Amino acid sequence: MGATGLFLCLFLVGHLAGNLQLFIGGAEGQLQFNEYAKFMTTNPAVKILSYLTYFSILFHTVDGILLAVENRKARPVKYAYNKPSANSSWASRNMAVLGTLVLAFIVVHMSNFWAQMHWGEIPVQISGPDGTLDEPLKDLHTVVLGFFNPAENSLALAAALLYAFAMVAIAFHLWHGFQSAWQSLGVNHPRYTPLIKGAGKAFSVVIPALFAIIPLYLYFTQAA
Amino acid sequence: MNLTLKIWRQAGPSVIGKMETYKVSDISPDMSFLEMMDVLNDQLIRDGKDPVAFDHDCREGICGMCSMYINGQAHGPNRGTTTCQLHMRSFKDGDTIYIEPWRAAAFPVIKDLSVDRSSFDRIIQAGGYVSVNTSGNTQDANAIPVPKENADKAFDAATCIGCGACVATCTNSSAMLFVSAKVSQLALLPQGDPERELRVLRMVEQMDKEGFGNCSNTGACEVECPKGISLENIARMNREYLRASVTSE
Repeated sequence: MGATGLFLCLFLVGHLAGNLQLFIGGAEGQLQFNEYAKFMTTNPAVKILSYLTYFSILFHTVDGILLAVENRKARPVKYAYNKPSANSSWASRNMAVLGTLVLAFIVVHMSNFWAQMHWGEIPVQISGPDGTLDEPLKDLHTVVLGFFNPAENSLALAAALLYAFAMVAIAFHLWHGFQSAWQSLGVNHPRYTPLIKGAGKAFSVVIPALFAIIPLYLYFTQAA
Repeated sequence: MNLTLKIWRQAGPSVIGKMETYKVSDISPDMSFLEMMDVLNDQLIRDGKDPVAFDHDCREGICGMCSMYINGQAHGPNRGTTTCQLHMRSFKDGDTIYIEPWRAAAFPVIKDLSVDRSSFDRIIQAGGYVSVNTSGNTQDANAIPVPKENADKAFDAATCIGCGACVATCTNSSAMLFVSAKVSQLALLPQGDPERELRVLRMVEQMDKEGFGNCSNTGACEVECPKGISLENIARMNREYLRASVTSE
C-alpha cells in the first residue's frame, strides 16, 4: 500500500501540473492544453508511466479491499462503548471509506475525460493562434471547458462541486496516507519523520486545494 | 463514591454475552480500579451471584495481566498506566463506567472480562528467542560491545509487558506493536543476530495465522501502550521483514 500510494502521490503532482495549464486563457491556452493532451496519450515514456499508474491504482484498490476485509474479521464483536478519537485521527481510521470515495471519483472522472479522449467523438482543433495547424488536434480543452460551463452542461455546477468534494476526500486520505506510507516502508527516524509528517500535511492540503480550484474556476468564470 | 457499572458478562467462550448493569457504593477515591472490582465481586458473592471474572496478578503495573476496556479506552482514561495503576479518583461520584474485555478474534473471551492471550505466546514461540551457549563456559555478556543507543532502544522495546492493549485499542485489532517490540529487542543486539532473519519472518507469519488485523498506522497503540512502546519499532520490524524477505533463502 505504501509504495503504490507514494507513486500515486507523484502521479498527483504530474496531473496537477498538467491541469494548471487550464488557467491559461484564450487560443494559446487551448493549443497548449491540446498539445499536452496529445503528448500525454502518445509519448512512449508517458505510456509506461500511465500503465504504472493504472497498475498502482488497481493494486492499491485490491490490496486495500483485502486488508479491510481481514481487519473487519479481526474484530468480530465490536465494543459497546469505544472512544477511538482519544488516540487516533479520524482520517487514519477511515482510509477504506475515503479510498472508496476516491475510487468512485476516479471512475467518474475517467469516464468524463479520459474515455472521451481515447474513444469519444470529440471536437477537433484545426487552427491555433498562429494559423492552421500542421496536424489537427483532439480538442480536449473544449470538452473540459464545456463540461464545467452551465451554458453547455446543465449539470455543470453539480460537476464542479462533485469534483471539489472529491478533492476533500483525497485531502483526508493523504493527510494520513502520505506519512503512513513512509512508516510502512520502514522509514521512521528522529530527524526525518517530523519532516515527512510536515511535508505530508502540506502536500495533503495544497495539492487537493489546487486541484479543486480548477473546476470551480472554470465554472464561475464561464457562468459569469 | 457511588458508581454505576456496565460490565460485559459472558459465562464461557462459546456462550453469547451481554452488558449488565451493577451499582457499587462507598468506593474510596484512593482505591485502584481492580480493588473497586474486588468490592463489586464481594458484593456479588454475598448476594449469591457469580462474581465477574477478570485478569490480574502483580497489581503494580509490571505483569501485563490486567486488561479491561474502560469507558472506550484500553486500561481506562489515563496514559502510560495499566488498569491496576488506575485509581478511582480518575472518576467522579455518580459516573457510569463501561467495562469490556479486549475485543479481537485472536483474543477469544474465556469468561466475562478475561480473554485468552495465548496467541501472543505462540508468536514468541515462533521466533522470540536467542541461541545461547549451554556448554558451561558461557561468555560474559559484557564482553560483547553494544552501542549505548542500541542498548537503550532494545531495553525500551523489552519493557513491553504483553498486555495486549495495543491490539485492544487498534481499529484493526493488529498486533504489530507487540510483535515489533519483541522483534526489536533482539534485532538491536548482537545476541539476536543468529536468528535475525528467521525470527521476523516466523513471528510475522504466526501473527497473521492467529487472525490479528493489519497495521494501518493509526498510532492508537502507541498512545494506549502502558509502557510507551514507540511506533519506531513497527518501522524497524517492517525494515527487518523487508530485509529478511529479500535476503533469506
